[in-house]
Amino acid sequence: MSQSYDRGLVEDFGRWKEFSAGMWAWVFHKFTGWVLVGYLFTHISVLSTAVSAAGNTRAIEAQNDVYTVVISTLESLLVVRILEVGLLAVAVFHILNGCRLLLVDLGVGLDAQDKSFYASLVLTGAIVVASVPTFLEGVF
Amino acid sequence: MSTQIERERESETETESEADAVTELPSAQEARMRKKAEARADREERAREEAQERADAEDSYHLKVFRYDPEVEGKMEPRFDDFHVPYESGMTVLDALIYARDTFDSSLTFRHSCRQAICGSDALFVNGSQRLGCKTQLSDLDQPVRIEPLPHSEVEKDLVVDMEHFYDQMESVEPYFQTNDLPEGELEEQRQTPENREKVKMSTRCIWCGACMSSCNIAAGDNEYLGPAAINKAYRFAMDEREGEDMKQHRLNIIEQEHGVWRCQTQFSCTNVCPKDIPLTEHIQELKREAVKSNLKFW
Ligand code: HEM
Ligand code: SF4
Ligand code: FES
Repeated sequence: MSQSYDRGLVEDFGRWKEFSAGMWAWVFHKFTGWVLVGYLFTHISVLSTAVSAAGNTRAIEAQNDVYTVVISTLESLLVVRILEVGLLAVAVFHILNGCRLLLVDLGVGLDAQDKSFYASLVLTGAIVVASVPTFLEGVF
Repeated sequence: MSTQIERERESETETESEADAVTELPSAQEARMRKKAEARADREERAREEAQERADAEDSYHLKVFRYDPEVEGKMEPRFDDFHVPYESGMTVLDALIYARDTFDSSLTFRHSCRQAICGSDALFVNGSQRLGCKTQLSDLDQPVRIEPLPHSEVEKDLVVDMEHFYDQMESVEPYFQTNDLPEGELEEQRQTPENREKVKMSTRCIWCGACMSSCNIAAGDNEYLGPAAINKAYRFAMDEREGEDMKQHRLNIIEQEHGVWRCQTQFSCTNVCPKDIPLTEHIQELKREAVKSNLKFW
């Protein structure tokens, strides 16, 4: 038996349909964690336009300083509003599932780990839906 | 079916040797032998046909079985073979495979021994999940029943995978009782409290089938990861009070190394597939906490 057949990575990716709750929770948690890191950087770069706007009192009063212009331009775009809803979804899921993971680390309720994952999803969905009017207000 | 070529070849050689025998020894004995052989071949052929008819007619199960044989030309390319196995109530996946092998294709290769979920040799990938063939009822499965060798291990032939790495990981946690905490008196027994026995009870049930390791996404990516079964084995002894404090520390040192418990990402795949219902994730998490506790110092 010198040879053997390695089925390789390709088939591993084909297995996603067979994932169970815990596996999905892990995938989503990784994904949302890294989206949050990505957002952190864009967040910092947008906020740092305030640095060049600082001290320019007249522009700030006239509301045409760099920072105000950037923020109000972004907020007037529908895509940005939709992305904000997405960000909320990602953050809420990450926080709720993060709490679930903390419980798992403490060994609490391990038998209900799949239910707590579904609960995180449902709760995330509910919060996101409830937030839509607020986020999309005045953009149309 | 795949073995058609082989079977043809077999019968060719058979007739050849028979023909030789006939020309050399035209005795009554030879004639009788030939008749018997023909009758046997007839009978086998009939049995096969009957099985096929039965499979076509009644309730039969459609299996799709992974095939691969590196030693036979024409079978080196992995493929799926279809088998239609007549269903009998209570039939397991292993029963169906045995039927397919004995009736349709004797080259179909898979491991099995006890047929009662205790030897751990027939963990397979059935309809997308690691299961013991002998513990999985066909009636619980959707058709066609897809039967593959365990993922994340090298396939030797058909459904047989190389278990060596799994066994190495099991050995590496020193899977045997050891203590320097011996009771007084040479013939004294090493007693365990019922509570302590209860604590390790589930962890003792492992049958080394490798289903958990195969299901684990982390073990797939990190070949050095001890894996759920080995960690569970470490748990079984680390939590056994009879081994004593020193030994427990030694065991924690093994499992908290770089490729030990901290690799676990609590995906629960292992716990979901374990045929002995061992709460693997729970045990891994408990060992993580034990490892932290033993490292925390308050000056
Ligand atoms: C209340 C808020 C948060 C909670 C409760 C939380 C909780 C957690 C937990 C429990 C983990 C899992 C660690 C593990 O066991 O693998 C995790 C992973 C992670 N978190 Fe958060 N988190 C929060 C906010 C954030 C934020 C704001 C960011 C981004 C800036 C972030 C980025 C990440 C990333 C990237 C990972 C994945 C690390 C990995 O690759 O495993 N998290 N979080
Ligand atoms: S822990 Fe369960 S799944 Fe893993 S080898 Fe042991 S019996 Fe098999
Ligand atoms: S044949 Fe022994 S465990 Fe299935």
